[in-house]
Amino acid sequence: MNSDRPARRIRSGHATLTAHGEPWVWLTAASLAIAIAMIVGLLVFIAFRGLSTFWPVPLERLTLADGRAVLGEVTDREAAVTATSQAVGHPARRLVRTGDFDGTGNHYEWIDDTAITETSRPEWATVVERVEAGRLHGVPKRMLHGTEVVAEGPEAVWAAYLKEHDAVRTRALRAQRIDKRDRGELQRRLRAARLAVVQAGLDAGPASERAVAAEARERALAEEIAILDVALDEETARLRGANDGWAIEFETPSGGVAAVPLDGIVRAWQPNRLALGESLSLYFSRWGEFLVDDPREANSAGGVFPAIWGTVTMTLIMALFVAPFGVLAALYLREYAGRGPITTAVRVAINNLAGVPSIVYGAFGLGFFCYVLGAGIDDLFFKASLVADGQPTFGTGGLLWASLTLALLTLPVVIVATEEALSAVPNSMREGSYACGAGKWQTIRRIVLPRALPGIMTGLILAMARGAGEVAPLMLVGVKKLALDLPVDGTFPFIHPEREFMHLAYLIYDVGFQSPNSQAARPMVFTITFLLVAIIALLNVAAIWLRSRLRRRFVAQQF
Amino acid sequence: MYDSLVPPRRGVTGAEPAMPTVDEPPREAGAPRAAEPPQDRLAAVAAGREVEAEVHDSVLAEPPVLEVDRFNLWYGAKQALHRITMPVPLNKVTALVGPSGCGKSTLLRSVNRLNDLVQSVRITGDMRINGDSIYDPRMDVIELRKRMGMVFQKPNPFPMSIYENVVYSLRIDGETNRAVLDEVCERSLRGAALWDEVKDRLQESALGMSGGQQQRLCIARAIAAEPEVLLLDEPCSALDPIATGKIEDLIQELRGQYSVLMVTHNMQQASRSSDYTAFMYLGRLIEYGATTDIFTKPVLRETEAYVTGRFG
Repeated sequence: MNSDRPARRIRSGHATLTAHGEPWVWLTAASLAIAIAMIVGLLVFIAFRGLSTFWPVPLERLTLADGRAVLGEVTDREAAVTATSQAVGHPARRLVRTGDFDGTGNHYEWIDDTAITETSRPEWATVVERVEAGRLHGVPKRMLHGTEVVAEGPEAVWAAYLKEHDAVRTRALRAQRIDKRDRGELQRRLRAARLAVVQAGLDAGPASERAVAAEARERALAEEIAILDVALDEETARLRGANDGWAIEFETPSGGVAAVPLDGIVRAWQPNRLALGESLSLYFSRWGEFLVDDPREANSAGGVFPAIWGTVTMTLIMALFVAPFGVLAALYLREYAGRGPITTAVRVAINNLAGVPSIVYGAFGLGFFCYVLGAGIDDLFFKASLVADGQPTFGTGGLLWASLTLALLTLPVVIVATEEALSAVPNSMREGSYACGAGKWQTIRRIVLPRALPGIMTGLILAMARGAGEVAPLMLVGVKKLALDLPVDGTFPFIHPEREFMHLAYLIYDVGFQSPNSQAARPMVFTITFLLVAIIALLNVAAIWLRSRLRRRFVAQQF
Repeated sequence: MYDSLVPPRRGVTGAEPAMPTVDEPPREAGAPRAAEPPQDRLAAVAAGREVEAEVHDSVLAEPPVLEVDRFNLWYGAKQALHRITMPVPLNKVTALVGPSGCGKSTLLRSVNRLNDLVQSVRITGDMRINGDSIYDPRMDVIELRKRMGMVFQKPNPFPMSIYENVVYSLRIDGETNRAVLDEVCERSLRGAALWDEVKDRLQESALGMSGGQQQRLCIARAIAAEPEVLLLDEPCSALDPIATGKIEDLIQELRGQYSVLMVTHNMQQASRSSDYTAFMYLGRLIEYGATTDIFTKPVLRETEAYVTGRFG
């Protein structure tokens, strides 16, 4: 043995480092950390902006150097960028929600700090959320009933407001409900009768016995409805008459007086006087309105209930369509189809379908579902509507077509996930079943499907998450800016899959970028976004819970 | 070791090597043939030549439950079984031994036609179970498999309760009578020596059992339908020695009640558990006889070399 043989030479520190692989740990860990930071940052940002919309913010009265005064919420501040920019007229400034749309035509105003001479928080400053024309900021001055002054001075007016507002508002809502629901119902009946006449004319000829009978029925109904209509008129007139004359005068910061009819006030609050508990109750009451009410003022105020409804229903119907189709298709592809170039080609094609831009599906949905299938259905069953007032029933976008379009869009996701789940079922289980004398379908139904169910659910969750957030195709096949008639209601036949609907994701786009006063609606954008994320998360959590239950049942640990 | 198995090069002259003579005079079983060197037959098999199997008279004397008749099987172009002809005796345990890849499992899976599931498989010859041709085109493969039970290398309990696992074959037949199912479940689990361990948790998932229990559950499942033949494909290869011992005890108990055809890699297991042993090599049956004869006084030196562990 040669004793002076050198020990194994270490070439360089570099090599050791590579061998230990430390840099790779750092690199991969850093990538994950960045990904987590981005996702958490996104969620925190949306949650913060979305959740803060309804929190009452103090009203500040700013007296300006030019003599003007504004009363509003300071929503944003901007520091002077540099000394130079300050010199050329970019001093520190703040964004104030003035609520003075009547006066200035703007909801917001940037005010330079240098222009402010005095800042105060008047105790009785009131935010008035009106049914129309947005907010008003002012100090209550007088409460009027006709020509009579009921109360004078902020405190007395506020007390009177609290006493009277509920009753007035209830009457106003009832009148509105009669106009919208009861009269709408009468109109629908009248239209149904008119369509029956047209249908009878189409079926049996315009002078036939049936058509004549239908016409007689229509006339009878028209007379009956005319009487009902008068009754409704009286009722609304009574309700509105009782509200008439009630009004509150507010002193605006510029010194003017704005009179607001009491039934035009949705709610009012005095942020500078609110205690924490009152703030909280106001906050949750506004959330409540947001969740269960119909939208007002071009969707920039009020609630989003129809959109929540539309989003959830459409997603569930889509899942209902896509789950059986996707699973059956994947079953054939994995369990029955032979291995060969055609199977491979089909598989590649399905994978590619998952990458097709969603608007392509929208165009297909419009072109095929609405214009071909829907038009065919209209032609067969709803011709009267088409003939009578040129109004398609299924021949235009609607909940059914939107759900089908999205089902098509998410089909590849479900097929691919199901195939993976099926191929993950050990072959030994299939063989065991065959060896017991089970047929192919028995094996699939009793062994393969239960075992693959959690994986299939994963695919469905992915599909639902993708479908719920899709906007582009929906714009073509049935989502509307405003559709207050829900696809399920009390009118026969109770389910109306042909109706257009609202969708949260589209609402974000509409409120944020299509609204006539998008600035005022901007806080709503984040609230709706937050709501959409929350709903999708909720749907997913429900599906994941279901999956974990299935997994416990069918796929325990091996050994 | 395998160096000695490399087939000798064929002569450049193109002359075929001489085929082993088929019409040798009958010899007394148990007398090793001294004339040939031990590896000659194996070398001949490796070279692709026909080699006649050495089937002892003791096997032929037994009433067969299953008869394999000149059975050939190809995976695509590759022939995996060559003219296997062997009877499997009724109510006895028959072990198939041989080195890996010799076609034991393929033969076993041909008995219940599980190889039908492999697209490229092609066969000639036939097998008969109690006289019925297995590969008859009119034979319903589903009905055929109901006449046999099979246990695989790795325990493969189904993702359902212990109870449902056992009565699976009855369920797929549409049996819904609770009393019948309960009775079969208990009888099968007792038959598989599992009843006392699981009788209180029949409705729990079978996937929560230990590996040895799972394998015995698979045996219970296989005997639930009263099979004519029980096929065991290395039933202990995935188990620890204790679980293996329990399965071997179980095979001892099944002896006499069921006709068992078992593949094993474990020589001790074959000698302990089986009545008859067949030695296979590269898709051919080499020697087949009573287990005691095969392990103590085989006719062929090749068999002796294999069972004593000198090759393979």
